[in-house]
Amino acid sequence: MDQIIDILLSASFWAAAVRIASPLIFATLGELICERAGILNLGIEGIMVLGAFAGWMAVYSGAGLWTGVAVAMGAGMLFGLLHATLTVPFGLSQHVVGLGITLLATSVTYFAYRLALPEVTSPPRIEPFQPLEIPLLSEIPLIGPALFAQTPLTYLAFILAAVVWIVLYRSPLGLALRAVGENPGAVEAQGLSVTALRMGAVIVGSGLMAVGGAFLTMSAFSSFFFEMVNGRGWICIALVVFGAWKPGKAVLGALLFAAFDALQVRLQQTGLGAEIPYQVFLMIPYVLSILALVLMSRRAEVPAALMTPYNRGDR
Amino acid sequence: MRLEPVANPTLARSLGFPAGALALTVVIASGLALLAGANPFETLGLILKGAAGSKFALLETLNRATPLIFTGLAVAVAFRAKLWNIGAEAQFYAGALVAVLLGTGALGFLPWYLLIPLMALAAMLAGALLLLGPVMLKVRLGVDEVVTTLLLNFIMLLFVSMLLEGPLKDPMGMGWPKSEPLDPAARLPRLVDGLRLHWGFGVALISAAVIWVIQARTTLGYEIRAVGLNPQAARFAGIPVGAVLVKTALLSGGLAALAGWSEVAGLKGNLTLDISPGFGYTGIIVAMLALLHPGAVVISAIFVAGIFVGADSMSRAAAVPTYIADILLATALLLMVLAILLTRFRVVRG
Repeated sequence: MDQIIDILLSASFWAAAVRIASPLIFATLGELICERAGILNLGIEGIMVLGAFAGWMAVYSGAGLWTGVAVAMGAGMLFGLLHATLTVPFGLSQHVVGLGITLLATSVTYFAYRLALPEVTSPPRIEPFQPLEIPLLSEIPLIGPALFAQTPLTYLAFILAAVVWIVLYRSPLGLALRAVGENPGAVEAQGLSVTALRMGAVIVGSGLMAVGGAFLTMSAFSSFFFEMVNGRGWICIALVVFGAWKPGKAVLGALLFAAFDALQVRLQQTGLGAEIPYQVFLMIPYVLSILALVLMSRRAEVPAALMTPYNRGDR
Repeated sequence: MRLEPVANPTLARSLGFPAGALALTVVIASGLALLAGANPFETLGLILKGAAGSKFALLETLNRATPLIFTGLAVAVAFRAKLWNIGAEAQFYAGALVAVLLGTGALGFLPWYLLIPLMALAAMLAGALLLLGPVMLKVRLGVDEVVTTLLLNFIMLLFVSMLLEGPLKDPMGMGWPKSEPLDPAARLPRLVDGLRLHWGFGVALISAAVIWVIQARTTLGYEIRAVGLNPQAARFAGIPVGAVLVKTALLSGGLAALAGWSEVAGLKGNLTLDISPGFGYTGIIVAMLALLHPGAVVISAIFVAGIFVGADSMSRAAAVPTYIADILLATALLLMVLAILLTRFRVVRG
């Protein structure tokens, strides 16, 4: 118990929690935008893998870090366009298309990696984003290092959360987007295009997922590894449910989740780690995600038209 | 644009779009081969030759198809009821785990004709129970089973890893996380002498036939279809939707677990963490390409296995990364669902 309190009072723990939360925030916001428009995007896992590779590869080939982020986003949007084309105008099963996109994006990434770097056993490193300490604020004990000594991509994640909130709740576009996930027929009656709104949401959302993946290679690990995304995408889908499809709550969920993840890494290094197999600690994030889904299941805040394709001729 | 149903699709329409999808997949594969600096015709030829160019290659393909028939059937059965079981991978490992628990000496006093069926049944039970949890959460609380079954895959793999580095670790395994080998009495006999193809393939074919009978000739089959088509209407018609979903889950989880049992008892003889290169996920592609039809699952599993086996052998001969197989299958999957839609609907402007 003392050990847990020690961990909770250390600045490095909170800094790690915010860092671990950052890719989840990007991808969760991306998924949230898709689902708010009525499209479940199971391509998330593969799009994150793609983003992790695309950003890293761009920087490795000589592009600047921010260009790398843009490349990752563009690659994600391309696969978002594919997902959107199949699920929106054609109304194909969002489950099947999503899983297909995940498989396609993952295998295209691995294929491209092998083509670009044949015979490489340890992937080359890039110079990743460096922490940017904000003067004065970063000197506040505990909160300072956690929130104000992070890399620019982390700041961007939080700014993005605010932007998504403002767009969703304080702009006509957000109103239309939310409506298209609840009652697409009514949106069509207003003279707006359901197809355009939904496709736009999936494309932009997928771009953000890819940036979440890029965070891993460009801010956290500086290299690309197979299986580095390792289920983070599926966890983001659980986080959207946990956050009740609201950006603020989703960010809080991601932070909470990341705190548990940072805690389990540290607990492994204590006496507990010697007694309990390390796999138990690694299971915690997945078990927590299932628990979160169960806890939130009672609340009926699901966008009403989620997973229902809209065909103008139907009604 | 919008979609208009085609009342009576012509034969050309029903065959043309799927054929077009496959042709387009081949074109894309050729493009990838070109990108890798290889001759596309040669690459495709090498894949074909590696998959079915000799008796050995063909039997190797059937070998690889065996677990895919099981997981493909598992997915097909579940998807018919719109039960999105993405957890066949976890159920696979549950079956493999049971095979190891019962087959490495615990039941050594039993003769093979009792031991083998008992192991298969116990494996099915384990897989069924593993899917039952997410299905109960779906039926009782409305928790989406896609995410829960997916997350269970990760949990199960970690659980198996824990056992393989702990109580189940083979003391003779030179430190590798693998289980002790199965007793000879627990091993499935070979189908062809001297080659690796084993009776698991036979059991897979029988399973496909059984599932076909269940779907085409029993009340449960009818109920599963009704629940999949429209749960509200099915409930209104007096079908106990929850109970049907539970039965579907038992069937689906059990089938996926048989894949694990058959790989351990038929092919590998012990359990390692990498015993499945994603058979559970590939089962989804197998089932979708087969339009969820049990008979077609067998053909589609052999086709998919052929692509993997062929791509592996091609990759050794040419400098094209073996991941081309996954790209091919993902493309085929996406194009095929689109093609199937286009056989039944017409795209209308405006």
